Amino acid sequence: MSIAHLVFYLIAGIAIVGALITVLVPNVVHAALGLILSLFGVAGLYILLSSEFLGLVQVLIYAGAIATIILFGLMLTKGRDLLPVAIDGAQKPVAGLVFLVLLGTIGWTLVKTEWPRDVQAITSISTQAIGDALFRRWEVPFEIASVVLLVALIGAIVISRQEDGEA
Amino acid sequence: MEATNIPLGQFLGVSAILFSLGVYAVLARRNAILVLMGVELMLNAVAVNFVAFSAYTDGALFRGLIFAIFVIIVAAAEVGLALGIIVRVFRNKQTVNVDEVDQLKW
Repeated sequence: MSIAHLVFYLIAGIAIVGALITVLVPNVVHAALGLILSLFGVAGLYILLSSEFLGLVQVLIYAGAIATIILFGLMLTKGRDLLPVAIDGAQKPVAGLVFLVLLGTIGWTLVKTEWPRDVQAITSISTQAIGDALFRRWEVPFEIASVVLLVALIGAIVISRQEDGEA
Repeated sequence: MEATNIPLGQFLGVSAILFSLGVYAVLARRNAILVLMGVELMLNAVAVNFVAFSAYTDGALFRGLIFAIFVIIVAAAEVGLALGIIVRVFRNKQTVNVDEVDQLKW
């Protein structure tokens, strides 16, 4: 058991515990905080996979911006839905069953498949190389993604704007 | 930092657990924002898969890493739009319970 293993189990544990909090606790704000914890754990996984840039992006965009937007959404939609009864539906057992079947299927496949163990192949990818690839090889998808973001932004403003005659 | 001696399967295992928990949240939770959080968990799990495969099998081109960046971009767009819709629904119906928003059901 090396240091790398310890770090991996610690980070994976953070991600999974955060996800469990998100999924199970009755308090919605606690669930959002659990999501932030889980997103930080995933950022740690990225760094462990020697993609530091992606780890930083994850912390900035996910744990920073998206988590803040979700918390804002929770504040803006405060109502009787915040009662624990209204948060989980009657389909909980079915959902649990689906969870177990899905996890079992994926887990079984994981165990049965031979995965590459040649970890020496992992090369640290510099931020410079990512920028190079993003603005040369993947230039067109990158520009399309920026248009997608712009359209989503304008759409979100149009949808959530108050119209005449609305309460 | 190098991920020494950690087999690829363990990263995939963490990702599988995150994804299944996300599916559970989408199915069991009734608050639309909590459903959205489940979707976020699933997106994250998929991105972890992409990055893990990219790091272990595609070190030269790291296509999975680039794809993960696009996943994050799309997730940001999706959260913005989804919260716009949820706030709108809340203003019209005073609830974000997805079981009560059923006008499109016949």
